[in-house]
Amino acid sequence: MQWKTADYAGWGRALRARGRIARPERVSALRDALAEGGPAIGNRLSYGDGALNADGAAVQMTRMDRLLAFAPETGVIEVEAGATIGALLKLLAPQGWMPAVMPGTGLATIGGCIANDVHGKNHHGAGSFGQHVLAVTLMTQTGPREVSPASDPALFRATMGGQGQTGAILSARLKLMAIPGQRMKVVETRMRDFDSFIAALDASEADFTVGWIDATAKRKRLGRGILEEGTLVEGTRPGPERRPKPVPFDAPRALLSWPVVKIFNRWYGSGVPDSGRKRTRALDEFFFPLDALTDWNRLYGKRGFHQFQCVVPADRAPALKEILTTIARGGVASPLAVLKRMGPGRAGHLSFPMDGYTLAVDLPARARVPALYARLEEQVIAAGGRIYLAKDALARPESMAAMYPELEAWRAEAAKADPERRLATDLVRRLKLRSA
Amino acid sequence: MAETWIVLGASSSMARALVRRLAARGDGLILAGRDLADLERDAADARVRGAAFAEVVRFDAREPACVAPILARAKACEGTVSAAVFVGSMPPQAEIDADPGLIEGVVTDSFTGPARLLQGLAPIIEARGAGTVIGVGSVAGDRGRISNYVYGAAKAAFATYLSGLRNRLGRAGGHVLTVKPGFTDTAMTWGIEGMFLVASPDKVATDILSALEKQRNVIYTPFFWMGIMGIIRLIPERVFKKLSV
Repeated sequence: MQWKTADYAGWGRALRARGRIARPERVSALRDALAEGGPAIGNRLSYGDGALNADGAAVQMTRMDRLLAFAPETGVIEVEAGATIGALLKLLAPQGWMPAVMPGTGLATIGGCIANDVHGKNHHGAGSFGQHVLAVTLMTQTGPREVSPASDPALFRATMGGQGQTGAILSARLKLMAIPGQRMKVVETRMRDFDSFIAALDASEADFTVGWIDATAKRKRLGRGILEEGTLVEGTRPGPERRPKPVPFDAPRALLSWPVVKIFNRWYGSGVPDSGRKRTRALDEFFFPLDALTDWNRLYGKRGFHQFQCVVPADRAPALKEILTTIARGGVASPLAVLKRMGPGRAGHLSFPMDGYTLAVDLPARARVPALYARLEEQVIAAGGRIYLAKDALARPESMAAMYPELEAWRAEAAKADPERRLATDLVRRLKLRSA
Repeated sequence: MAETWIVLGASSSMARALVRRLAARGDGLILAGRDLADLERDAADARVRGAAFAEVVRFDAREPACVAPILARAKACEGTVSAAVFVGSMPPQAEIDADPGLIEGVVTDSFTGPARLLQGLAPIIEARGAGTVIGVGSVAGDRGRISNYVYGAAKAAFATYLSGLRNRLGRAGGHVLTVKPGFTDTAMTWGIEGMFLVASPDKVATDILSALEKQRNVIYTPFFWMGIMGIIRLIPERVFKKLSV
């Protein structure tokens, strides 16, 4: 049975859709499904509506997850779009390779990583995911077509971070990163406030950095948290493989997010003494901390949550401090926020990264959140920054041109590749990305 | 000694999950099915994951002529040759009720087609004194139900065939594992209403491999289907005929 009608949601579960979904397992079935229209979607880890197509069709790529070729000498792998980052890491790490860029969850599909041009904890050095894509094969109405930066630079750029609007991604060729072993040496240091956090991020020479901020701390303590610096080291994967524990039910409101915080505390927080801490960790534990709990989004209850993630230019750190202040005063944020240094690396017109600092915080879906988000949105634009489409559920279409200066160029390429807008998603319509 | 597997219906998601595990062990794979272009991608996947070799070959349960080339290829392989059967078809019962001509196809896909190949493989296993046959049936074969009794009948026939084949190959050093999956999240069940306790193809493949290691004869996967079907089999026919389970 090719299609089923289902209720589905983005990762934040605040935005939902009802529509037809196909989940082809073979190229021929994929071609048939795409002929009926609708965008390709992956594991639906975009927080908002990037993977939703309400009242329409969507083609779930998760069963198209085969590894098509791997050259261990050069570190180039070709994979179908439904393969996950975590599956690649698991297979490749024992052979001395890993995906060069990995987002915060191993469940993300390669197609999703490309469509959102995701970044990882090494963005300041390694750039974005799309910068390691050598070629991508799109399913066009005339059949599969390989697109590389050399063969069609404009289409390639429009595809990286292009929200799937240039065609369903069938497969991609990726340049991997060589690794010395399967361990990460992690140094954790306590940060007492925002300014010292920014200074420490700037001074860090580690390949992988991420900052965890206590988003409830205000005034003098604003921005306090823990800086985590990772360096790849030799060593095999220790201990038994992680078995994710499921979250069996939607948490009641009173429980809101505390288990998430508890988990973070166990791994990142409470154990870190004033003098800091050093330890080595398995790669998956370092890169995908929350994957230890499957469906952790249910901890935010039935109504779900949003995530606000923005980036501001490197010389606008004070503006980011103002944004954090707005969040802390808003009183709705989850107690944890993530702060990272970003480099200039980006692969597409609609890519999120810019040379600067990025801040992400979860916001439970509550009545006052849209107003708070709108305030944050204005602050981001004033600072010359942008909001991450992969996380967004609440931004306004008027903001897009200011945040994404290459929007027009992208629009033209998307219109060429998909003139009838058959691939539009709820996000694309909400933010009027494809219509002037 | 290297083991080579003939996998019938290799592009099904359950087969794919098992093939990945066999590839990781370094086994050789002959992937048989109808969609050769797509099977080539599965073969590539198996090679990347460590298969000694992976080839594709055409198998259509409804074309007896497909059998000979596959058996010839099997004979050419050194060492142990085994087979895993994932073929079968399940048109909605209502369609079969409207067109009884469909019955033959269902029985061929689920029983006579694969049995014809296994019948040819049996002497190879006997001659080499080793080899395994994994036959995937269904809990639907344990009792005829109003909702899919033709499919169930074909799977019951296949299960009985496997029982006999086990009897035969067991005395020559071979082994037959009958697998009865409950509801599994595959393309065949995508969108079917009223499914419960649905298992992933990965779970089924994991259970199959562990059953192989333990040389089990018949398994239900997930295991609790043994209890469910045990109860369903115990219901007297005079009661069962009134149920719509």
